[in-house]
Amino acid sequence: MTKFFLLFVLTCSLPGQAWAAIEVHEFDSPEQEARFRHLIDEMRCPMCLNANLSGSDAPIAADLRHEIADQIAEGRSDEEIIAFMTSRYGDFILYRPPLNSATFFLWFGPALLLLAGFFVVRRMLRQSRAATTESALSADESNKLHAILDSDSDTKK
Amino acid sequence: MNKRVKLFIPVAFFLAMLGLLFFGLGRDPNQVPSALINRPLPEFSLPSLDVEAPQITKADLMGGIFIVNVWATWCPPCHIEHPYLLEISKREKDISFVGVNYKDSVKEARQFLAEKGDPFKLNIVDSDGRFGIDLGVAGAPETFVVDANGTIRYRHVGVIDNRIWAETFAPLIAKIK
Repeated sequence: MTKFFLLFVLTCSLPGQAWAAIEVHEFDSPEQEARFRHLIDEMRCPMCLNANLSGSDAPIAADLRHEIADQIAEGRSDEEIIAFMTSRYGDFILYRPPLNSATFFLWFGPALLLLAGFFVVRRMLRQSRAATTESALSADESNKLHAILDSDSDTKK
Repeated sequence: MNKRVKLFIPVAFFLAMLGLLFFGLGRDPNQVPSALINRPLPEFSLPSLDVEAPQITKADLMGGIFIVNVWATWCPPCHIEHPYLLEISKREKDISFVGVNYKDSVKEARQFLAEKGDPFKLNIVDSDGRFGIDLGVAGAPETFVVDANGTIRYRHVGVIDNRIWAETFAPLIAKIK
């Protein structure tokens, strides 16, 4: 039984190892490799809806990783590489969309909604407080009310 | 009166959200807008799939509206699309169809066209997929409509059939003309 279990565990660990060996990009410095890792984490695969370039298995993602690695090796800056990508794939390729008029609501919409909600709740609280103070009667009015109520109960008797 | 109007603000907000979300529901999330619409077709110089033909450049394609179809023999939807492309290219004589054989084996691509027919006037060989990246291609098949000035006017992701041609391509081409 333990043998089978061991075999099972070992088999499960196999695909992960094969995975790691698929792609090798060579860089001159660890700094270049760090830039590469950062770029492929920040860019989205154009084929898949929600995977970044580093996490995608699609052929186009592999091509783009290759392209980025080549451009880093050629000495291009991150800005140049990002410009290269967005000119071909649009802002879609960036996981953090740039701030412009089209993406304004995307960036600030949730905060604006929260702020609006805060004002609405504050207003509602104030109004209900105002309503309770309005309904409170003065001593004179309260006496009058009691008199009326008492006379009413008397007639019923 | 003022208070009554205010009462309708949440309802109006709700209806606006409903409209927005309903509109979003109808959109295909796979149809990513192309960054190349209304931009010139990228320059290139690539080999032709025809044995004797010289390198093909952008200048060879100019001279009228043309369709650029990115295809490969390894792509199953391209096989589905192929008979439609043959039929449409036979029908639409005044539009030239240009193939981009994307990351394919040249031998298999030639064999495929020889067996099943060739809808393309020219076939560009993009063996490493670099031209595909310049076009912002995510995979195959993808199809671009390019006007006489060499400007990309439309990008279609996925298979073209008679219905898609009649509903989107034909009206667009008629408008560009």
